[in-house]
Amino acid sequence: MYVAVKGGERAILNSYRALAQYRRGDETVPELTLAQIRQQMPLAVSRVMAEGALYDPHLAALALKQAAGDAIEAVFLLRAYRTTLPRLGDTEPIDTGRMQLRRRISSTFKDVPGGQVLGPTYDYTQRLLDFSLEDGEARTVASARAPDAAGATPAPLEAAMPRVTDLLQHDALIDPDAPPPGDPAPFDLTRQPLGFPAARPARLQNLARADEGFLLSMGYSTQRGYGNTHPFAAEIRYGSLEVEMMIEELGAPVVIGEIDVTECQMVSQFAGNAQEGPKFTRGYGLTFGYGERKAMSMALVDRALRAAELGEAADSPANDHEFVLYHSDNVEASGFVQHLKLPHYVDFQANLELLRRLRADHERQHARPTAAGPADVPATAVDSPAAARQEVQTP
Amino acid sequence: MNASPHVERDAHYNFGYLDESTKRMLRRALLKAVAIPGYQVPFGSREMPLPYGWGTGGIQVTASLIGAQDVLKVIDQGSDDTTNAINIRRFFARVTGVRTTESTPEASIVPTRHRIPETPLREGQIMVFQVPISEPLRWLEPSETETRTMHALAEYGAMHVRLYEDIAHHGHIATTYDYPVIVNGRYMMRPSPIPKFDNPKLDGNPALMLFGAGREKRVYAVPPYTRVASLDFEDHPFTVERWSECCDLCGSRESFLDEIILDDQGTRRFVCSDTEYCGQRQAAQAHDAAPEDQA
Repeated sequence: MYVAVKGGERAILNSYRALAQYRRGDETVPELTLAQIRQQMPLAVSRVMAEGALYDPHLAALALKQAAGDAIEAVFLLRAYRTTLPRLGDTEPIDTGRMQLRRRISSTFKDVPGGQVLGPTYDYTQRLLDFSLEDGEARTVASARAPDAAGATPAPLEAAMPRVTDLLQHDALIDPDAPPPGDPAPFDLTRQPLGFPAARPARLQNLARADEGFLLSMGYSTQRGYGNTHPFAAEIRYGSLEVEMMIEELGAPVVIGEIDVTECQMVSQFAGNAQEGPKFTRGYGLTFGYGERKAMSMALVDRALRAAELGEAADSPANDHEFVLYHSDNVEASGFVQHLKLPHYVDFQANLELLRRLRADHERQHARPTAAGPADVPATAVDSPAAARQEVQTP
Repeated sequence: MNASPHVERDAHYNFGYLDESTKRMLRRALLKAVAIPGYQVPFGSREMPLPYGWGTGGIQVTASLIGAQDVLKVIDQGSDDTTNAINIRRFFARVTGVRTTESTPEASIVPTRHRIPETPLREGQIMVFQVPISEPLRWLEPSETETRTMHALAEYGAMHVRLYEDIAHHGHIATTYDYPVIVNGRYMMRPSPIPKFDNPKLDGNPALMLFGAGREKRVYAVPPYTRVASLDFEDHPFTVERWSECCDLCGSRESFLDEIILDDQGTRRFVCSDTEYCGQRQAAQAHDAAPEDQA
């Protein structure tokens, strides 16, 4: 006798145990600490904070550990936790022109005030596996602490470096980015549903939380010809800045913490129209932590999403607001793709029943004109449980 | 009948997981949904600790309504025992501590996926449906901007054309679940992926029917005793499945049956998809068979 699927609860509890074992691996190998993840996998921590939309390296490290290194699962853990946090207020807008920089490059000018600073980058590492990392890292740490190649201790970077786009704005060559006076509080994607047409604040919020891989591919598609924006990386900067919040009782903004961010400003040409002359336009990317690939991709996609309002042809996938903004979130996408694992047997049964009926109809129709041998008529068409089923009209 | 007696209330989280202002936002959206039957109301959907596509809409709707006195029944595919139903029931037991049940008449809130119970619902009960895609016109028109306009104009001809094309090609309407309905003579609505067998239960039901789509950030409602008409044509009236077999366990000829494959020789049996209904009938039959037993 068939017993309808029982024991689901025990199976779930057993899966928790199996997962815990899988995550921990060989217990003779020391367990990872959150400090190790924070300090030695900072790029993974950055990605989880950016897409998890929560700046907390400790919790991001915890999420990564709990998710056994799966970035998207860790993002999901952080997002779900974020839902439970009270919203105490809004911080003052950050000024990335006042960042304490660790990296700053421009691909549009040979030299810019403050200079080009490579900082910690994989760009010119030559991707050869470094076998010295296999057995501890004594050598790498020693070389990192050594004076720089010229024999001098690196000089601290200038406290403030003007942004390259600000230099362009001086000459009115680029569209402004300062919020106009009396700018209302922006739309909040985490509190209000996305509507269309989506204004740029909503779009940028969506892109800032978007999956890095999705943005990378969408940005790449614009470069290959699906909505090219002819971009230049005017500036990429990574560093830290203080976050301030206005405390009403004190009447002044108070520093509540320091965060790392990566910013990318792409510059594209705009042909101009009847109202305004030709100028440069911006594509903007900003991520929590150190996330240069994501910030650059975001800037490309942001610019592609502006095509329609700038009067450009907007017929490529990256120009389509609904297409990009509805499919960019990996927590949404991952959940919906994987919900196909859930039981669907009621719907499948309904489809199975229909398919059998349609096939029986088909075989009856095709058996009739030949009429050569009645033996050809499949007996199963009459005997099958599906054919025995019938549709009844409801009152 | 307490379905999950051993799940402890986790005091780390607010009652119902969501904070009170989020619950209020959701209730406002639900009130609007009840006021405009079948209309999809956008709401500020939150990330829940269960994945999108796994019932986050229904879970948020439930979380915004549930009180300490409520009795919760959770079903998926008609069954209280599927892993997803158990998981959601355990979640609410953990974040609310409310009593859970498998009995349809006992429950005050019934979150469901893909079925409406066979046991008729009564006034005061709330069904909460999980909705994957809330827009009935989505497969015909991918753009949300366009479909919202179509709803505003009640421009539903495209759906009738699609159903007509099914009849022209196959002789039947080839939609077997998530079969589109018109609510209160105005809005076209997806009933969520319930089999069309369950569509007639939506019509004039005394219970409140709420639908939550978390990923799509929409809620909608069918208030009690509202007219819900499944789309059809005069010469091709709406029909539902009936089986010539009866349930192998309880003998019901009225319920939606699941086909169970028993071996690789094509042997199959049919059993009720609604396990609680089936269990009640079996218990009643056992009681009837031995009426003097422990009277």
